Amino acid sequence: MLIVTALTVVKTRSLFAIVALSGVFSLLSALLFITWDAVDVAFTEAAVGAGISTVLMLGTLALTSRAEKESQKSNLLPLVSVVLAGAVMFYGTLDMPKFGSPETPVQTHVGPDYLKRIPDDIHVPNAVTAILASYRGYDTLGETAVVFTAGIGVLMLISGLRRRRINDDDNKNSSDTKDTT
Amino acid sequence: MRHHLILRVITKLLVGTIFLFALYVQFHGDYSPGGGFQAGVIMAVGFILYGIVFSLAKAKKVFPPWLVHKLLAFGVLLYGGTGIYSMLMGYSYLDYTAIDPHHPSHGQHLGILIVELGVGITVTGVMVAIYYAFAARAPILSDEDW
Repeated sequence: MLIVTALTVVKTRSLFAIVALSGVFSLLSALLFITWDAVDVAFTEAAVGAGISTVLMLGTLALTSRAEKESQKSNLLPLVSVVLAGAVMFYGTLDMPKFGSPETPVQTHVGPDYLKRIPDDIHVPNAVTAILASYRGYDTLGETAVVFTAGIGVLMLISGLRRRRINDDDNKNSSDTKDTT
Repeated sequence: MRHHLILRVITKLLVGTIFLFALYVQFHGDYSPGGGFQAGVIMAVGFILYGIVFSLAKAKKVFPPWLVHKLLAFGVLLYGGTGIYSMLMGYSYLDYTAIDPHHPSHGQHLGILIVELGVGITVTGVMVAIYYAFAARAPILSDEDW
């Protein structure tokens, strides 16, 4: 179903349908994560992918046109590069241990150590939260800083805080019309 | 969207539930899936839903942009400040034992709670700020346009 959704996204020309379908794609991959027991990741995927980003895409859509432009260039070069990249990635997976095998480095290296220590160290039942916030506190601080920086960047680029100050009159007019509609 | 009665009633019911769920995810993150990031996003969704169905102006009255911008920075400061606090108490940076030296596990618990709160506040702020930035630029669409 994921593949079908992805193919439909490629085929469709209506951007509105594409936004809706990408929400569907996110929800489906969230279900996939749940079947892999990665509930925290699924949670994030459902909230961010299906919720927020769909809304933001719709917001962007309101600023641009509703349909995709017909592309003039040939599709050959993109196709070749995508197939090549896919082949390289597939070649990479050949070295990976079998899916769900207990001998993977993930299962034998630090994972069990953390799981053993968490009940004594932290007394927090959700190991994901414990690792995220305590053992890997620096990483999470970095992530928060990244989110913060992204927010600042978007604000500086498109919030128009400065423009409001320069031509105050224009904005007053537009806000008046906003109220009446 | 003044004439969409059903949408408006359902939204009024849902927004409160969404906030409650966000708080649950936030403070119950130690016991069940979820944490600051997810809670922040869900919280922001509550505000965004309100903004979509009622109007951007009303959403901005409930959660004014200046407050959003302050909160966005406050979350990171709360996170970093926890680290500074533990440094001042003589432990290493972000060592939550400093919060309650007699019961290290209590300290860890509290520390995780505070830090996740910081993450949640920042994520809420950023998401709402981005939504405000986008929505303020979009022309008002009449219902027929969709």
